[in-house]
Amino acid sequence: MTVTPLGIPRRLLEFTLDGEPVRAPEGATILDACRSAGKDIPTLCQGDTLAPKNACRVCVVEVEGARTLVPACSRTAEAGMQVRTDTERARHSRKIVLELLASSVDLSTTPEVAGWLKEYEAKPDRFGPDAARLNEEPKVDNDLYVRDYDKCILCYKCVDACGDQWQNTFAISVVGRGFDARIAVEHDAPLTDSACVYCGNCIEVCPTGALSFKSEFDMRAAGTWDESAQTETTTVCAYCGVGCNLTLHVQDNEIVKVTSPHDNPVTHGNLCIKGRFGYQHVQNRD
Amino acid sequence: MDLHFGDSKPTDEERAAIDALLGPAESSWEGAARDEMRASDLRWARGGRAARERRDLLLPGLHAVNDRIGWISEGALDYLCRRLTVPPAEAYGVATFYAMFSVKPRPATVLHVCTDLACAAAGASELCAGVEARLGLGSGVAVERSPCLGLCERAPAALAVRAGDPVRTAVSAPATVERAVLAASAPDSAPEEPSAALAVPQAGDPALMLLGRVGVVDPASLDDYRAHGGYTALRQAFAIGPAGVIREVTDAGLVGRGGAAFPTGRKWQATASQPGHPHYLVCNADESEPGTFKDRVVMEGDPYSLVEAMTIAGYAVGAHKGYLYLRGEYPRALARMEHAIGQARARGLLGDDVLGQGYAFDIEIRRGAGAYICGEETALFNSIEGYRGEPRSKPPFPVEKGLFGRPTAENNVETLVNVLPILTIGAPAYAAIGTGSSTGPKLFCVSGSVERPGIYELPFGATLGELLELAGVRDRLRAVLLGGAAGGFVRPDELDIPLTFEGTREAGTTLGSGVVLAFDDTVPLPRLLLRIAEFFRDESCGQCVPCRVGTVRQEEALHRIVGRTGADAAADITLLREVGRAMKDASICGLGQTAWNAVESAIDRLGAYE
Repeated sequence: MTVTPLGIPRRLLEFTLDGEPVRAPEGATILDACRSAGKDIPTLCQGDTLAPKNACRVCVVEVEGARTLVPACSRTAEAGMQVRTDTERARHSRKIVLELLASSVDLSTTPEVAGWLKEYEAKPDRFGPDAARLNEEPKVDNDLYVRDYDKCILCYKCVDACGDQWQNTFAISVVGRGFDARIAVEHDAPLTDSACVYCGNCIEVCPTGALSFKSEFDMRAAGTWDESAQTETTTVCAYCGVGCNLTLHVQDNEIVKVTSPHDNPVTHGNLCIKGRFGYQHVQNRD
Repeated sequence: MDLHFGDSKPTDEERAAIDALLGPAESSWEGAARDEMRASDLRWARGGRAARERRDLLLPGLHAVNDRIGWISEGALDYLCRRLTVPPAEAYGVATFYAMFSVKPRPATVLHVCTDLACAAAGASELCAGVEARLGLGSGVAVERSPCLGLCERAPAALAVRAGDPVRTAVSAPATVERAVLAASAPDSAPEEPSAALAVPQAGDPALMLLGRVGVVDPASLDDYRAHGGYTALRQAFAIGPAGVIREVTDAGLVGRGGAAFPTGRKWQATASQPGHPHYLVCNADESEPGTFKDRVVMEGDPYSLVEAMTIAGYAVGAHKGYLYLRGEYPRALARMEHAIGQARARGLLGDDVLGQGYAFDIEIRRGAGAYICGEETALFNSIEGYRGEPRSKPPFPVEKGLFGRPTAENNVETLVNVLPILTIGAPAYAAIGTGSSTGPKLFCVSGSVERPGIYELPFGATLGELLELAGVRDRLRAVLLGGAAGGFVRPDELDIPLTFEGTREAGTTLGSGVVLAFDDTVPLPRLLLRIAEFFRDESCGQCVPCRVGTVRQEEALHRIVGRTGADAAADITLLREVGRAMKDASICGLGQTAWNAVESAIDRLGAYE
């Protein structure tokens, strides 16, 4: 069991959510409030360990008096606010955003998105066969992880995790502009020539599988990746004395990847290169 | 922060360009050569926090290299990063954000040929083709198709930039193939641009309040400016105090002229009353809306008026520093403003003790580098701070957390210069001009199919027809684009629309920034709409999905229906409407929210594909 720090008690404020009065702690986002009221709003770029960038715009809701829709993931709830989450207007925007995304990138490894496409009756094909797509080959330039930008929705989470929010390595950034914007390291170099320290925290936060373990990438390519056959065991990293939690994902008695629980108060899901990738010796059976 | 720098080295020239801005590197930690490492370097490191706090010099640093060399190499970028303790990946992200920078080698001379609305209507594509044929490979000139250069009254236009020390620029407008090629091949000997007054057909009219001095004063002479009423408004401001200035501006009913029409007095009051310090004033002179050139003409023709207006605004909001964010494509406006600020500083009208009143205020110019989005107020802050020019989410609003996270009032050039007549004639007299809710004079940028394109100053309330008549509208008018690419089209039978915020709103369109682009029936409308779509696709920052992908899908749909009408176009028009609605509703900033307006109005009001 992990312990979640409680923090200072916060005042509650009251506002209206889909016509019902709800109470939320001061500083909570509309999305937080929705979730604690038992309703979820789809979101792709929101992450539990990072400040929301609100770039994907899937979680938009209607706030009375606002000219445009507002992103539920980052707008803090205010007393007296009247929020409607499921109006025709909000659903329309979500549907279009899902269509725009699904028509331009490969969302096949994005959890939940297939369900949302169905729920919102999104038809990404209607932009025609010539609709611009990223169509980029995966970048495999090291033995630890693969960058497959054909799956990247530019949520900025890897940039934030690598930068000032967690790792402080600043190895990756968004480069270029508009539809040509990409995640890249300095000078668009291979990862091996960059400032990357291979902590893998960017993989931990990537919502779409654009960043993945080479082990997972290879197994998917070989058709042997089977999440339903995997077990997850959370243990303590043995490399140093910090005591980070590791979650070992095991398939056919082999560790196939390592993650870390996001609610762990020490790591919040972050690891270093050893904890994340240094598991080969465990399964060295020679 | 444990930064990793590659081993690419700057050339001597690149190093010199950066050192000219930042001073020489003081230790090997921040980029001085290793063999110069001194024993003392092992005990302390210059850089660190002090260098990081100068991150806002990243954009000027990129300009320094780009100006001297013509492009930004790995070695130059890494050296700049060492000097400022900026991660190279982030700096690379910034360098690749702006259209005027290149991270790949290119010729020292770049000729930007405007292909935007007014220039397109005046034959930009023939000009481009002709110039490209003459300046092919090996000519030492890179020809780049450019968004609006803000020279619409002299369309078609081209701007040549030759890297070196100093950088040389030449404008050719109206451009012919000959003249554009000459400007690119010999920028030093290109003929001088015509006076800014040529862009003001009403120049010399004593009734003009905002443009009255353009063409009348010598833009280089502070004395001439003072002889023509300059600095009386600032004296008045000191006489009535900051609260008095805000009261006058509020009572005058001044609203922002950049397009959003927010009450200026309320913005200043909100900034002035913030407890956090320092406060900043930012003048948005990143005029990049296709069809807009009024700020350029004011800065070129009457630069001191902006210096004075910024000083007053800074005084009112309690700022001691003002940033003038000037678009990178305006070399002459930059030179005039630099000169005016220098003169004002030398004469005690800027600096520690403005006019001997004990108020300290200074202005720093920051050059944009080719990004329309940087006209969005929060994107502009990011750009000054040395980040990618991506808009921030609001709230928090700039009056609370703006530039460097401090309370900031941001106004565009036209809004600020309106403060001068407000203080000289008084709020009641000013408020009596125009209509009840749109007060004062307004500048309109008229171009396209008119005899006398230029900037017109009219009191709010004149009709579109009156304005076009003044400019000499040509026969066979097909459509008028109000407010630029982010605005909307109106029909020739709607010329009685009053040019006020409320009047245009009532007519289901927008006044925007005051662009009036007239098109006669020789201009193929579908091509024009395609150009607008291209513009937004190119200028989207790419941060949010509705804008990043939506602008591309919009352009694709317009390409599909470019020659089609009626039922053949119906499916794509439905698609456009659905995507456009989501872009308007769900984009982060005004760019995505307005990218569909002009096309929508062309379909609905002009029947573009019927």
